[in-house]
Amino acid sequence: MTSIALDSEDAAPKGGVAVFIRRNPTIVVGGALMLLLFAIAIFAPWIAGDPLRLNPINRLRPPSERFWFGTDQFGRDVFSRTIYGTRVSMVVGFSVATVASLLGLTIGLLCGFYKSVDGIVMRVMDGIMAIPSILLAIALITLTRPGLAVVIAAIVIPEIPRIVRLVRSVVLSLRAQPFIEAAIAGGTKAPKLLLRHILPNTLAPLIVQSTYICASAILTEAALSFLGVGVPPEIPSWGNIIAQGRSFFLIAPWSILIPGIFLAVMVLGVNMLGDGLRDRLDPRLARRM
Amino acid sequence: MFAYVVGRLFATIPVMAVVAVFVFFLLRIAPGDPAAIIAGDDATSQDIENIRAKLGLDRPMLEQFVTWCWRLFQGDLGISIFSNLPVSQLIMQRLEPTLALTLSTLLVAVVLAVPMGVIAAWKARKWADRVVMGFAVMGFAVPVFLAGYILIYVFSIKLGWLPVQGYRPIGDGLWPFIERLILPSVALGTTYCALIARITRASMLEVLSQDYIRTAESKGLATTRVLLVHALKNSAVPIVTVIGIGIALLISGVVITETVFNIPGLGRLTVDAVLKRDYPIVQGLILVFAAAKVLVNLMIDISYAFLDPRIRY
Repeated sequence: MTSIALDSEDAAPKGGVAVFIRRNPTIVVGGALMLLLFAIAIFAPWIAGDPLRLNPINRLRPPSERFWFGTDQFGRDVFSRTIYGTRVSMVVGFSVATVASLLGLTIGLLCGFYKSVDGIVMRVMDGIMAIPSILLAIALITLTRPGLAVVIAAIVIPEIPRIVRLVRSVVLSLRAQPFIEAAIAGGTKAPKLLLRHILPNTLAPLIVQSTYICASAILTEAALSFLGVGVPPEIPSWGNIIAQGRSFFLIAPWSILIPGIFLAVMVLGVNMLGDGLRDRLDPRLARRM
Repeated sequence: MFAYVVGRLFATIPVMAVVAVFVFFLLRIAPGDPAAIIAGDDATSQDIENIRAKLGLDRPMLEQFVTWCWRLFQGDLGISIFSNLPVSQLIMQRLEPTLALTLSTLLVAVVLAVPMGVIAAWKARKWADRVVMGFAVMGFAVPVFLAGYILIYVFSIKLGWLPVQGYRPIGDGLWPFIERLILPSVALGTTYCALIARITRASMLEVLSQDYIRTAESKGLATTRVLLVHALKNSAVPIVTVIGIGIALLISGVVITETVFNIPGLGRLTVDAVLKRDYPIVQGLILVFAAAKVLVNLMIDISYAFLDPRIRY
């Protein structure tokens, strides 16, 4: 075929499990990766030894049968630390996605529906969006004592405007639809209108967006911990394992590369899940990507 | 056209005002005593008092705000707590490496990504497309520091082709300058490149399904001409938009890349200031980076009017 003009895609027919797997390979692969990492996070104490135990005799050992991923400059087992690090990334990813989605959903619904709040709130959102997210998170963390909850809060705040904009745009386009006009004309009260008629229509794009926020939160946490302003060093996280291995990179590259690869695999899993969900839940957006 | 540019220009004022107010109150509404937090755990009460006086935290809030805004208008971003130098001076000193890194990354990413996206769309669902899309999916997942360390490991340590880390100003000669920018630009550009390639492909696919592309093809125009002149030109608006969105990504990435490659730019300045809790510097950098981002968005908005004459607001 020499033609570069394209035909439109066929609609996906329904089918059983095997068909689902064939039609949605990204959801299946992404989901499987996430399940695996979730299991690693839950069962970390059974899989790995103590991630904090110092072992000065075995400093900077390369990967071997005894230390699968080698040891760091204090003789700590990089395998144990990496396995435990899965927990921080999981917790941060899920909690940031959940909290940012709920807050963004609430603000977005109100902004899309009530013109009086819309003007001011959207200007504030524009302002927050103008600040690069890592910088805003760093500034927020500088002002408080370090800790996991602070890191989560500092990542949530810059993510909120993205959700607000998305939800608001969906609400605005819905408001012009005949079924909403009919509901308003029929005397439906605002809370019921928002919760029963508008909210369900925002969920598909919201779920897709929250998977991307989950991925970006995992990366941001790792970046913050890498810079030394994230999770405190006594909690192993992929970012701070990499940060501590930095000065020994030339002699012990494994303590940077291995947590880095875990991080990349987790983000890949979340993104694949997001892409797959987008194709299924939000075909209009899928066609544009 | 003129009215459009002026309108866009005025639209940036409220955004920057919100950023300024936000940055000002961030310090004041933080839980606890900001002076004590900045001073650190082993500060004496005298240290805390000094910092309080230096930041003007001992005066009424409204007075603080008015003074702060007035100085801001004069380009005064305050004084660093530790070095006692003006923040604006510190920022100017560190500007060159960051600007060099950002521009070279932009160049590398756009030059690689646009052809990749065009080829992927042209060969849609063939192997070339799959390779590009595979790269795009991977590019989103690989964190900047992993990409950076892998590149250092392969090209500096194993092959010895490029220096491990560091920065040389352009005044020291062109090759030493470029040589040290290659790896950081590629590391920082990976995600950005993936993003642009993906949008280019999507935007091209949409245009390629239009009737006029079929007409152009059937009247016998060369494929390259159809692709580059008819299709790419009409796909430009989303591509330029995403290049603009990506600038934000770059700014966040700069902070990390400069740490990985030991580049003494604004990113290092940020991290050092945060670790020393030198809050005036952090404030100044937020304002500068936000202004840069707003400025880029403004330029993107204005470029729409040139790229697509149908766009009029």
